Amino acid sequence: MEKTLDRLAGSLERAARADEAGGQGGLLQPLDPRVKLLGFLGLIFAAAASQRLAVTAAIFAIGVILARTSRVLAPIARLWGGVLLFTGAVVLPAVVLTPGHALFHIPWTGWPVTDHGLQSAVGLIARALATATLAALLVLTTRWGPLLKALRVLRVPMLLVMLLGMTYRYLFVLLGVAHAFFETRRARTVGRLTEAQRRQMAVSSAAILLSKSVQLSGEVYEAMQARGFRGEVCTLDAFRFQRRDWCALAMFAVITLAAFGWGAQP
Amino acid sequence: MHIPDGYLSPGSCAAMYGAAAPFWVIALKRVQRAFNARLAPLLSVCAAFSFVVMLFNLPLPGGTTGHAVGMCVTTVVLGPWASILALSIALLIQAVLFGDGGITAFGANCFNMAVVGSLVAHCVYRTVSGRSPLASPRRVVAAALAGYLAINAAALLAAIEFGLQPALFHDASGVPLYAPYPLGIAVPAMMLGHLTIAGWAEAILSGGVVAWLQHSDAALFKLHAPAPLNIWRLTRPFWIGISVLMIATPLGLLAAGTAWGEWGVDDFRKPQARQEMATASRNVAPPEKAPRGMERLAKVWTAPIPDYAPPFLKSRACGYVLSAMLGVGLVLAASLGFHAMARANKRRENIHPSL
Repeated sequence: MEKTLDRLAGSLERAARADEAGGQGGLLQPLDPRVKLLGFLGLIFAAAASQRLAVTAAIFAIGVILARTSRVLAPIARLWGGVLLFTGAVVLPAVVLTPGHALFHIPWTGWPVTDHGLQSAVGLIARALATATLAALLVLTTRWGPLLKALRVLRVPMLLVMLLGMTYRYLFVLLGVAHAFFETRRARTVGRLTEAQRRQMAVSSAAILLSKSVQLSGEVYEAMQARGFRGEVCTLDAFRFQRRDWCALAMFAVITLAAFGWGAQP
Repeated sequence: MHIPDGYLSPGSCAAMYGAAAPFWVIALKRVQRAFNARLAPLLSVCAAFSFVVMLFNLPLPGGTTGHAVGMCVTTVVLGPWASILALSIALLIQAVLFGDGGITAFGANCFNMAVVGSLVAHCVYRTVSGRSPLASPRRVVAAALAGYLAINAAALLAAIEFGLQPALFHDASGVPLYAPYPLGIAVPAMMLGHLTIAGWAEAILSGGVVAWLQHSDAALFKLHAPAPLNIWRLTRPFWIGISVLMIATPLGLLAAGTAWGEWGVDDFRKPQARQEMATASRNVAPPEKAPRGMERLAKVWTAPIPDYAPPFLKSRACGYVLSAMLGVGLVLAASLGFHAMARANKRRENIHPSL
């Protein structure tokens, strides 16, 4: 129960912190969301495609500088721990399992650490760190609403943009409801629950949440109809391109093209 | 199972986006047709539910815990197409906002979990539950099995995608550029955790939620109940096709010669018919007289409308059309008769199950 509560509370907190950071002052925050979306997507794809460690490291360094100047380095640094832990655990066996020239042997076990294994592991960790940093930068420097609206520049259907916006909104509602389920149950529980009781509680909570979700969707639909919704979607597009946006777009384009060019050959 | 950025090559990511795209398009069209203006609130709230349920920690037998994806639950309640969309939206929010799963690997994650997971769950659930009543325990078993198989199918696909990377994408010296493990390592490593932990979490959640809904909110099952069949609409292309064929039957009169082997006893006596028989048989002359056995059997049944030419009609073309209509009518009447007999038999079995 505690683990579920922690995860629910953590998700709520992270989502709230991301939206709050998007509104703070910094280098990237005032930029047009469309520029940031295109720029960071280009850089993420360049980092994912890069076959040179130096290029991936350079993209990661650019991400760190941008995070520092946009005042979001602290939450991004916390993210690195998770990425290093997860990717490190995944690629650790590859260091000895990948065939290649043995650089040294691990004491006691005698397993050989190969050059190819080490190169592959470092490359994968660097790529995972770079892409995670860039994705986090995009989310932490842009509020969710304008970011969704900016998706229109990629020709994402309006209906999908609206669905994402509504999902985000009801995510908080359902996270709150689920959190309340577990907290009230914990407050009323004396002693320790058996494994079967805990399982039953988790399953019934999920079922009640599903039931409430469908009920909520009906209420939302009625409220939308009452406000004149007839299935057609439209949003106000208040984005204005300024000189700094053009400069940023040009910078992103130059860096992305250079990364694609230099990173293509190992 | 959420593949992060950097594990799959850009080519693999593009291929997986391409694989998922047709399913998104079909799902959007189908769901829009089914739910119309109700689509937006229903899908968004259910996507939010999928997201939240992925955070639930399920205690499993043996003291460990696991997380479910909820692909079977959304499929049972919303249907496979709406489930594909709801899970895709939840995965997109997870990737963008929480960094769980990559942006470049979003297509692959959606294909594995949303598309394949939902379709496998749907097929297994429908096959195992059959036509059992909504409150039947068989549906609980069906949901649990569907959840278990769906999450394992998704995991297997992810393992194959990982395992193909070192074989397809490596540098000149053989260093893997993306996920480093070959299929021989990736598949067992991925499947071990899913067959033993995640699969059971999904099975417990799916079966448990269906059991709870059966007792407390059975109306939810009807959300995705199949619409009543409109027989006329369903069979309209068949009727149009058969009408065109009936009208076109006189075209057979344009054909020259005779069909080989479809000769009557009289044809052996007519010189023109004998010539046609010889031509159709590569100039081998037919016997002088019709074979005796053929002559004897020809008298057993005399057709009321021989050669598709009713005796009361002078026009052969009209005779063909009328014969076609009569033939189709008789076939339909026979089929309806058999169907009625089968239904009567079934009803009798239901009234007296012990018989």
